Amino acid sequence: MLSIKNLNVKLEEEDKQILKGVNLEVEAGKVHAIMGPNGSGKSTLSYVLSGKDGYEVMEGSATLEGEDLLEMEPEERAAAGLFLAFQYPVEIPGVGNMTFLRTAVNAQRKARGEEEMSAAEFLKVVRAKAKDLKIDADMLKRPVNMGFSGGEKKRNEILQMAMLEPKMCILDETDSGLDVDAMKLVAEGVNALRSEGRGFLVITHYQRLLDHIKPDVVHIMADGRIVKTGGPELALEVENNGYADILAEVM
Amino acid sequence: MAAPAPKENPTEAMLASRQIPAAKGWSTAAREDAVARLRRMGLPDRRDEYWKFTRPDSLIQPDAPRAAVLANDEPPLFDQVDRLKIVFVDGVFDAQASDDLSLEGLSIERLAVSDSDLHWARDIYGVLETRGQTPVDRPLAALNTACATDGVLIHVTGTPSKPVSLIYRHMSETSDAILHHCIKLDAGAELTVLENGPAAARFNKVMEVDVADGASFHHIRAQGRDHERRAATHLFARLGSASHFKSFTMTVNGVLTRNEAVIELTGDDASAHIAGACVGDGEFHHDDTVFITHDAVNCESRQVFKKVLRNGATGVFQGKILVKAGAQKTDGYQISQSLLLDGDSQFLAKPELEIYADDVACSHGSTSGAIDEEALFYLRARGVPKGEATDMLTLSFLAEAVEEIASDTLKEEINARLESWLNRRRS
Repeated sequence: MLSIKNLNVKLEEEDKQILKGVNLEVEAGKVHAIMGPNGSGKSTLSYVLSGKDGYEVMEGSATLEGEDLLEMEPEERAAAGLFLAFQYPVEIPGVGNMTFLRTAVNAQRKARGEEEMSAAEFLKVVRAKAKDLKIDADMLKRPVNMGFSGGEKKRNEILQMAMLEPKMCILDETDSGLDVDAMKLVAEGVNALRSEGRGFLVITHYQRLLDHIKPDVVHIMADGRIVKTGGPELALEVENNGYADILAEVM
Repeated sequence: MAAPAPKENPTEAMLASRQIPAAKGWSTAAREDAVARLRRMGLPDRRDEYWKFTRPDSLIQPDAPRAAVLANDEPPLFDQVDRLKIVFVDGVFDAQASDDLSLEGLSIERLAVSDSDLHWARDIYGVLETRGQTPVDRPLAALNTACATDGVLIHVTGTPSKPVSLIYRHMSETSDAILHHCIKLDAGAELTVLENGPAAARFNKVMEVDVADGASFHHIRAQGRDHERRAATHLFARLGSASHFKSFTMTVNGVLTRNEAVIELTGDDASAHIAGACVGDGEFHHDDTVFITHDAVNCESRQVFKKVLRNGATGVFQGKILVKAGAQKTDGYQISQSLLLDGDSQFLAKPELEIYADDVACSHGSTSGAIDEEALFYLRARGVPKGEATDMLTLSFLAEAVEEIASDTLKEEINARLESWLNRRRS
């Protein structure tokens, strides 16, 4: 599904390399987690994959089902099936949440040559999915993320994911700023989307999110590369001993 | 080589080129006073404090510069709104296209045919304009009072069931229209006035609005899209106690637009909101000059002006809040912002506060910025193509101004229109 080979990335404006040869394969139907200390390059990886400006790829490749992601515009990556749940969802005053969602759904459909969703059909689907995530009608009507609490913003990200039905989901620190109840709700939303045809890459600092979204594979990232890969037990090891031991062992 | 001809005084040249409408009862004295006022002030030039950012040349030359008529394929604005239509074509009243001018709760007369000696309008016509000449000269408004060929005189006594809609069509490339409207709202009365259309190659319009105690006035205006049209408009309003005033203007295109608003809060507990949303592309100069005077206790005023500019377009905002001594508990707010879509466009802003009372909350802000890259990426990451995403953010930027429209239906119509215009520019 998602295949990253020897990815080397630096900041465009500065001579500072962030990713130093990342290799990663996420198979369809699997949940991979990336853990790592601050500054290890986790968020950069998610931004580079989704096409944010400000980074320069020096070497390596990233493909989604064989398609070269790095050659595409951000909206083309989205239409190809890539989804990034933002660590800090952006507030957009004056754009209704519902309008935003429907524009996004139909823009992707159009890009793929599919028929657009009618207003009535969209409304029906969005209401059902919003209900599962305990997103009320008022949140759908309000401008995108405006005045939303941290938890509401993250639930809104998951709602977008549910509506867009991507092939590959990247969750960038979706647990940050969430209390336990909100985290459970978000995790349930993610789990409901787990399917054979869909891959997940869950980026997190902490093991606790992984109690709710059970990963198949856990990677530890440090200093711009993946330094260790293992099963779910690796997350527990981090939780109990911190990163220091692992880093001392591999570096 | 012949010596250059002595330079003619532009004010006299302009007056000589006008046909001052023949004396008609009550308005004769007002027009004569206005001519004297204009001669005293003289037409504006670039040395004038409030004309530093906008060249008045094409507004003060005797003949209107030519302006092509836009082949417009859009359905007319406010088409779905139940309203009383009054149509002017190049400044000339069109009886055929207009509705019958009777409606319960108000009376409407045309300036050109109102010739009784005693008329309520004599307490408004040129009167609010004259009040608005202090402390800043507004010679184009005096020119209007002197030379207006027509306009409507609306006296609102109750709550009419529908808005009055002034439609300004532009058919002639050289038309030079001067219209003057007076609106008087009795205590507790309510009126919504809609205005739309390019009006003429050059349009000089004055609207004087007297809002009595407890009355409400709503004004929604869309200036025509004709690229080469020019307009200088003035809105003068006097507000009584506990009255409400709301005015919103949308401007897209037009080579030159100068919209002045002069609002006086003279009764306690009144509120005045004035807003503008403007989209300028290329050869486009748009100027909002606003003066709000607080002369009573516990009044609120808001000025919200947003301009989207690209391809060398220029936006100007000159906004003042004057709080007179004794106007305690004033709540004044002013924001002017531009979204510059490229490096060629410019926004010139001059916010001013002058406050003589000590228990007052006044705030003002002015910003210029580009599209928010974070928000743009967020939309694109969800699959919205760059152009469409830019439009969404542009509308979002204008939203605070559009929000000032009190009616949801009209708000949606204006938004849809802005959206389709942005869309057209993209394709």
